[in-house]
Order: sequence, then C-alpha cells, then structure tokens
Amino acid sequence: MSKTIITVVGKDTVGIIAKVCTYLANNQINVEDISQTIVQGYFNMMMIVDTDRSSKPFSEMVTDLDVLGDEIGVKIRCQREDIFTKMHRI
Amino acid sequence: MINILEVNETNNMIEQEKLDVRTITLGISLLDCVDASLDALNQKIYAKITRLARNLVSTGREIELEYGIPIVNKRISVTPIALIAGPACSTPDDFVSIAQTLDKAAADMGVNFIGGYSAIVSKGMTRTDELLIRSIPLALSATERVCSSVNIGSTKTGINMDAVRLMGEIVKETAEATKEQNSLGCAKLVVFCNAPDDNPFMAGAFHGISEADAVIHVGVSGPGVVKHALESVRGKDFEILCETVKKTAFKVTRVGQLVAQVASERLGIPFGIVDLSLAPTPSVGDSVAEILEEMGLESVGAPGTTAALALLNDQVKKGGVMASSFVGGLSGAFIPVSEDQGMIDAVIRGSLTLEKLEAMTCVCSVGLDMIAIPGKTPASTIAGIIADEAAIGMINQKTTAVRLIPVIGKDVGDMVEFGGLLGHAPVQQVNTFDCSKFINRGGRIPAPIHSFKN
Repeated sequence: MSKTIITVVGKDTVGIIAKVCTYLANNQINVEDISQTIVQGYFNMMMIVDTDRSSKPFSEMVTDLDVLGDEIGVKIRCQREDIFTKMHRI
Repeated sequence: MINILEVNETNNMIEQEKLDVRTITLGISLLDCVDASLDALNQKIYAKITRLARNLVSTGREIELEYGIPIVNKRISVTPIALIAGPACSTPDDFVSIAQTLDKAAADMGVNFIGGYSAIVSKGMTRTDELLIRSIPLALSATERVCSSVNIGSTKTGINMDAVRLMGEIVKETAEATKEQNSLGCAKLVVFCNAPDDNPFMAGAFHGISEADAVIHVGVSGPGVVKHALESVRGKDFEILCETVKKTAFKVTRVGQLVAQVASERLGIPFGIVDLSLAPTPSVGDSVAEILEEMGLESVGAPGTTAALALLNDQVKKGGVMASSFVGGLSGAFIPVSEDQGMIDAVIRGSLTLEKLEAMTCVCSVGLDMIAIPGKTPASTIAGIIADEAAIGMINQKTTAVRLIPVIGKDVGDMVEFGGLLGHAPVQQVNTFDCSKFINRGGRIPAPIHSFKN
C-alpha cells in the first residue's frame, strides 16, 4: 500500500505535533518520518505515515484532520503520496 | 523519498496557482443503442449512460479528497447522435427528444455538460446529419447541459462548404432561440475542422467511432502554474524560457496521468488519453493571456503574440508528452476570450482584435473560441469566419474550431455575461464587408495537396 503525506502549515504554537500525533496514534496510524521547519514564524511540517492498519476510511481521516487543523489554527492536509512522487520523480 | 520542499511546491501549485484537473470525461459509445423506435432508442440511451456513469461523480470526489487536487468538472461524451438516430428520427423534433434524454441523463448523474449532439459532415451530409443540424437551435434552447458540435472539414476530405453555409445559419438561429440568456446556446455549439475523436473538453467533446465502448479521458489545466514559473525567469533568454514551460508542463501532466489511472481503475473503465491543455478560467491568475504577457508582451495582441503562443503551445506538448503514456484530444493552449480575464482585458484595451485572434489560432490548440460578436452579424459572415478557420485547420493539419456568440440585441463594446466558467465578454468588431456570394456558391473545397509545403 502506498504511503500518505500529512502536511501542517500555520502559525507556530505549543502542542501542534502532540495533537496531530495523538490523533494518529488513536487511529493506528504509524508515523515513519517527520521533517519540520519554521519559515518566518510559520510552522511547516511534513509527515510520512502508514495508514494500512488505520481504523478509519481515508476520506474520513482527511476530514478529521481538517477539523483538527481548524481547532489548532493551522492547515492540515492529508494526501496520498503518489501525487508528489508522480510529479517530482521520473 | 519525497521531501518537504517538493511537497510544498505541489501544494502551492494547487492552493496558490490554481493547479487543477479540469475534467474527467467519460466517453460512452451509443452505437449499440440503435433502434427503429424512438422510444426504445431513448430508453436504451438513458439506460446505458446511467449504468456506466453511475459512479463517475462520486469517484471524482473521492480522488479529489484523497489526493488533495481539485477536479473541476466531471463530464460525459457520447457517440455523435447523427450516427445512431437515423432509423428512429424523421423530424427535427424527434432529434430534440434525444437531446432531452441526454439532458436528463446528465442531470441525474450530476454532470454539468454532456457532449455528442454532433454530426461529422466533413465531406457530405446524410439526411440524418442534416436533420440533426437543423434541430440544434431547438435542442440547445430546450436543454441545459447538452453540448453540440459539427465537423465540417478535414485535411483528408477538404471543406464541406454546404455545411459551412448551413452552420452560419444555425449559429444565428441558436443565438435567436436563446436570446433571453444572452444567446448562451451558441456557447454550447462548436464548428470543427479536424475534430479529434477523444477530446474531453466541452463544448466540442464527442465519443468518436474509433473509441472503445467506454473510456476515461482526463483534461489537465494549470495556466497559473506556468505563469508563476515564468515569473522566476524574467529577462532570461528563450532557451531558459522554453525549458521552464516544458518542465512545468511535465509536472502538471503527471498529475493528470495519475488521476486518469486512478479513475480508470476505480470505475473499471479503460483509460483513454490525457489532454495536455492549458485551459483558462475567468478567475484572476488562471489565464493564458497572462502567461504571454509574462513572456514580455505589454498586452496580448501586441506584435510577438503569435510567436509567444506558438512556443507556449509547443513546449506544453513537449513537456506533457513525456509525462503521459497516451496523449490526445486537443492538447495545447486554449485561447477562449470570455473564459480568460487577460484576454477580456486585452479586448477592452483595444490590443486584441478578431483578426489577431485568427492569426493566433494557427498556432494554438483549437480556434476562435467564446468570442461575442454583434447580434446583427449576418449568417453569411459567420459562415465566412467558419470557412477561414476551417481552411487554417485543413491546410495546417491541425484541429481548428469556431465558437462565436452573435449576441442578439448587443453591439460592439457592450459587455455580455454568460455566467460561471463561461465567463463574460465584450462584443467585438467583425469585418463588415460582404462574403455572401462566396459562401452561397455551395459545394466543397477539395482536400489540399500534401507536398510542395511552402
């Protein structure tokens, strides 16, 4: 199964990673890689996750993370990895 | 492994530069629906479309959500109706009932347009072809989602000038029949030369006879992404300019190819082609005109415009061809006026005339598209413009098309609103010298010679 990319972009605040990871742990989603930077005060994170054992359908996860992002005040996107690999790798 | 910069680049293209997949179009053959009874024909058409397209919209939405890429339109194209309606239809009204069936099927499937109310008459018209063509004004005024197209010429056959003359009249009658909506019917009517069998874009989409029973075609877009990429190479030479367009087109097309494959797999319908088109919308930042201006033109229409468009069209194809396993449709840069804010502004500014647009169609992907002209323009003049455009296509072995809107009750300088993706347009000046004696000759223009290319 292909991997999933979760990106979080927004104003930096305490506990962003904790909240996102709690959601992922509660839904049996394994985090395989995290990279993160702060650009001009803006938090920018990318996670590569494995959703194979997730208890939720993909579309529900996308919606849940969108709602969670609204609560924290950041934008969370959850996309299948293929869109990035197809675009940037031959 | 993919890195954060690449992920951000893709997401910026989607969020800020309006990268989207413009359409997933499901092509459906209706050849097996032929019946001598009109009722039975209509029932078979409705049943086949609704059976195959049942999951089209929901699958499109699923892909949008999972990959985070907007898929603006989900559409259907069918076999040209003139090919299947012969045994059942003896009057234009009979044809209109088929248009209404298509309209209902499209509405029930949740798609905004269905294409294929069409006839292929490049060399001659059958009685059925002519009846269908004569029913177009009524069909387009009696339906909301049906799109119509007529192919009146090709490089192989020459130009059917009887059909050209007739289409001049039909465009005019369609404008009259829909005058309450700013002659909107004409926005759903395309006159082609060298029409492709696998075009996913409306209003000219139909499912050609060279196609399988059902196929998935995808049309990509992304003028905003190309414009943004060119901003980073201002003042650089043409080699760098071309490389930048090519690389960007590659990235955009890869997304289209991915969506096409996923949609094909999930719907259980074979993948047809990716159409590599830069298709503008009326929203700011989604304009082909702005790309040309970013290359260094003060306003589209200025000297240099045709060269700029030629290189854009060619580089889009060069980049896109490698990104997709099957390329087809219209592939290139579209230059509709009402659907591109940059084109609209250029017309208002006075830099872009109908004649310059005609020159641009020699190197763009299609032709004179979504251009509002005065409602009083005679049918013979419209036919003359169609003949000119078809001649460009026939001689240059490319697809050309005309989608003119003679807006009843409006004159040069008036603004016309078509709504949604169809946009708005200023009514443009048309050359008023007469061509009716030329158009009224009747007959055919023979196919061109394929040697002595000068």
